[in-house]
Parts: sequence; C-alpha cells; structure tokens
Amino acid sequence: MTMYCLHQKPKVRGHMPVMLPMRLRADGLPLADRLFNLWTLTALVLALAAVLIGPAFAQLATPDERTILTILLEWTPTLAKGFGFNVLISVLSMLIGTIMGVFLGVLQVSQIRPIRQSAWLVTQFFRNSPWLVLLFYCILLIPFQFEVFGVKVPFPGWIKAVIGLSLPVMAYTSEFMRGAILSIPTGQWESAESLGFSRRMTLTNIILPQTVKRVLPSWMNLYAVLTMATPLVSIIGVDDVMALTRAALSAEGRADLLIPMYLYILSWFFLYCYPISSLTRVLERKYSVKL
Amino acid sequence: MTWTPQQPIVSLKDVHKSFGSVEVLRGISLDVMKGEVICIIGPSGSGKSTLIRCINALNDIQAGSITVEGLEVNDPKLDKLALRRKVGMVFQQYNLFPHKTALQNVMMAPIKVLGQDRAEVENRARALIAKVRLNGKEDAYPGELSGGQQQRVAIARSLAMNPDVMLFDEVTAALDPETVKEVLMTIKDLAADGMTCILVTHEMGFAREIADCIYFTDRGVIVESGPPATFFDNAQDPRTQQFLAQIL
Ligand SMILES: Nc1ncnc2c1ncn2[C@@H]1O[C@H](COP(=O)(O)OP(=O)(O)O)[C@@H](O)[C@H]1O
Ligand SMILES: [Mg+2]
Repeated sequence: MTMYCLHQKPKVRGHMPVMLPMRLRADGLPLADRLFNLWTLTALVLALAAVLIGPAFAQLATPDERTILTILLEWTPTLAKGFGFNVLISVLSMLIGTIMGVFLGVLQVSQIRPIRQSAWLVTQFFRNSPWLVLLFYCILLIPFQFEVFGVKVPFPGWIKAVIGLSLPVMAYTSEFMRGAILSIPTGQWESAESLGFSRRMTLTNIILPQTVKRVLPSWMNLYAVLTMATPLVSIIGVDDVMALTRAALSAEGRADLLIPMYLYILSWFFLYCYPISSLTRVLERKYSVKL
Repeated sequence: MTWTPQQPIVSLKDVHKSFGSVEVLRGISLDVMKGEVICIIGPSGSGKSTLIRCINALNDIQAGSITVEGLEVNDPKLDKLALRRKVGMVFQQYNLFPHKTALQNVMMAPIKVLGQDRAEVENRARALIAKVRLNGKEDAYPGELSGGQQQRVAIARSLAMNPDVMLFDEVTAALDPETVKEVLMTIKDLAADGMTCILVTHEMGFAREIADCIYFTDRGVIVESGPPATFFDNAQDPRTQQFLAQIL
C-alpha cells in the first residue's frame, strides 16, 4: 500500500521548494516521479503483452473458452465507467482539498498566534494520518442523509470518500502554501505596505499570485499520488474501478484472468498519471531555472 | 494641530528605537522643510535604514516623536494609509512586483488602495514612466529590466501615490556603476521639481551636489550635520573626519 507513505517535507521557515528542485523530488512526494518513468512503462507493456499472448496459445486447445483479450475488451466499458469514477473522485477531492488547503496555509502564516498554531495543528494532524483511516472516519462520522427543511438529502458513500480524500490534500496544500508564502522575499510585503496596501490586500494581490508558480509542481505531483490512492475507496464500498474489477473477476471465475486484468487497470492509471508527472518535471525545471 | 508649510514637513524629536535589547537609534532629532533634500550618511549598521523606515512606520519607535505634516507617526491610532499617501519609499532591492508589468506595478496601488479610476490612473502612470525615462518599457516585466530600470520603475510606482515626501534607502547600492547615474538623474529631476527627499546614500558627489543638508550618523546618533560645503570641507567631529577620509 505504497500510497500511504507520503514523505514529510522539512519544516524549515522560508523553505524554498522551487529553489531546490532536486531535493524537492527526494523529500516531497517522490512516488509519482519514481513510478512514472519510461522504464516502468516498458516493463508494464512487456508484462501485459506476456500475459495476453502467452495464454492465448495455450487456449487454442479449448475453443469454447474466450481469450483473455476478448474478456478484457468485453469488460472495458464497465471498467472504464469505474475508472471515470476514480477520476471524478480525484478531481473533486483535489478541488475541495486545494480550496481548503490554500485557506489553511494562509492561516498558518497569520500574525495572530492562536490562529497560526491551530492551523499548524490541523495541517500536521491530517498530513500525518493514514488516508484509509481518514476515509473510514468520514464514512462512520458523516450521516448517510441530511434533513434540510424536512426534505431528506441523501449523502452517498462516494461523496464521503471525496471529503475523506480532500483532507490530506488540504493538509499537503496547506504546507505547500506556507512554504511558498514564507519563501517570498519580505521586501514584497514591505514595499506593498509602504504603498498603503493592507495585509490582506498584499496577500491577495501580491503574495498569493506569486506562490502559484512555486506550488504548482508539488501540487501536480500530489494530484498524481491522489489519483493512485483513489482505489482505496473500494475498501469502503464505493464502486470504483477496483471494486468493478473484483466483481468482473468473480463473475468470470477464471484464475488466469487475475493478473492480466489487474495489469490492464494498472496501465490505465499509468497512462493517466504519466503525462501529469512528466509535465510536473518540466515545470520544476522551468521554474527552478527562472528563479 | 494643523500643519502649515512654514513648519517642518518631517520632524523627528529624540527618537529612540530598539530591536530587543539592542538600541539602534539613540535620540535622533532632525527637521526637514518642504522641498528640502537631506542626505543621511554614515557607516554600515549605524541605523540609517532603521531611521528612514521609522518615518513611514515600517518600524515602530520606543520613545520620542515623529511627525509628517503634523501627523503623529507613533500614535497607536495612526491612520497608516493617510501616512503612506504622504510618504513614498524606494528600497535598495527595488522590490517590484515580479508578476506585474512595469505599467501595472505603477498602476496597482492607486487603483487597489485608493480606488481611483483606472483610465485616469493609466494616463498618469504612462506619464510617470515617461518621466523616469522608460518610454517603451511599459509592458516589460521586472525580470526583463536592468537594475537601474527596475529602480526607476520603483520610483515611478511610489510617485503614483502622489506623495509629499520621498524616502530613498541606498537606492543605488545594488546597481551596476553604469546604471547608477540614470537613477541619480531621476532623483535629481524630482528634487528640482520641489519634492521633499530624504536619502540614505553612499554617493558623496551626488550628496554634495543635491543636498540642502547632510546628516552623519554613527551608532544610532547624529554626530554632525550641516550644508554640504561646510560638512565635506570642514567636518569638526573626528568620527566624521575618519569616515570621510575612508570614503572620499
Ligand atoms: N529587524 C531587525 N531586527 C533586529 N535587528 C535589526 C533589525 N533591523 C536592523 N537591525 C540592527 O540594527 C542596526 C542598524 O541597522 P540598519 O538601520 O540597517 O543600519 P544601516 O542602514 O545604517 O546599515 C544593525 O546593527 C542591525 O543589525
Ligand atoms: Mg541600510
């Protein structure tokens, strides 16, 4: 379950992620980068080819049985719907988590000490909790429906899953934002102040726009990791690609299907995350040269 | 108490400022009249930046008083925006906003802080950029400009708020020698237009040429002051003499 092992970033004041592209990759969220490279792609393609072509010959003897390839293709529309669900969950968690995380990150650099400390505590708590535990908590603590003006509004499991996954995203984004805000030279604050900007206006007009570039690579990396973590929701009963794969496997009841089908799904995740990962690396390089 | 132009526009009386237990300003008094140009010189670490930053309340003070056009800077109820409309500041490191073009840098504060009309502000901003001799650089980002050009944009940005007093803290110290001149020219133009200027500088020739009065600071006190001619040619205090001997 590699997706839990998100590495910690150093909690250094004024830590400048963008200035340290190599260290960022080593300390930050290394999984996406280590997993998504051309070697992995080659290995994956070879493995998939081997399990598809190998048994194909063996099965010629039993003509009534469909080939593995046929079965995979038959299940593809169903599995694709499941995968789309994973993507939807990842996008929504990322969206909600990012909005909350930017807010929390800003609170982490508040001038009011209790606010700053509370925001720090919340960030650390969610950043250091296993994602699956957070998911379980959301499933257990959030009721399955709400009553609004006498009307019962259902609250399905997948929405709870979105909330559950948005919590670590929030915590990581909060930490990225704190680092990025502190890495902006104090001269920016001072010159804004001397021009009459209030602290809040400085933050929204001058500081936050400058954090975008600094945060973007780590944030995209986080998204790739999050996408890979979405199969976790199958454990709490959401019909994602993982749950559907299991259902397909038990419906077919063929042991030789097990490895090809999981490899097939793995390659989807790969194809989805690899471009994001590559783009992240390009951005890291680009911004690290410029700053 | 209302301020009249017969009174000093900036007035410091026995100003004390400490960072923790370190007393950085130890009783500074000086008056600046409207339209005057004063230069503050002195060894590094003598408190020049601190002094100038206290004038626009970037630093608070522990004792004494600072007034700008009669506005008590050390008053806890001070309207900071009112103060900052009167006082513009230019820093050694330019501190332009790197995500905005030169023109946007100049336009930002009047629009966002003062809520002025965009079209009117843009006209004024373009005129200011022309005034600092940067026509054609309106749409350049700070990263595309030389140090001297950036510093002139920073001056234009400050001027866009229509200040009555300008503070310059070693604004040429980070520049290449060939671009120092263009920035000094800009400041000279300003002074000729009657802008009240308080400068911290190491450019002695420039100080002699432009200043109405020179102040020499050492370890948080003003050791000696006077018009350039007397100050440079007839310094009395041994510390001033030693400093001038080193730097000239
Ligand atoms: N924010 C600060 N916190 C603590 N000490 C400071 C701070 N700013 C300046 N100082 C100290 O105050 C003294 C005067 O600094 P400064 O005003 O920058 O001198 P100058 O501009 O003449 O070189 C120095 O000893 C410096 O270390
Ligand atoms: Mg200084």
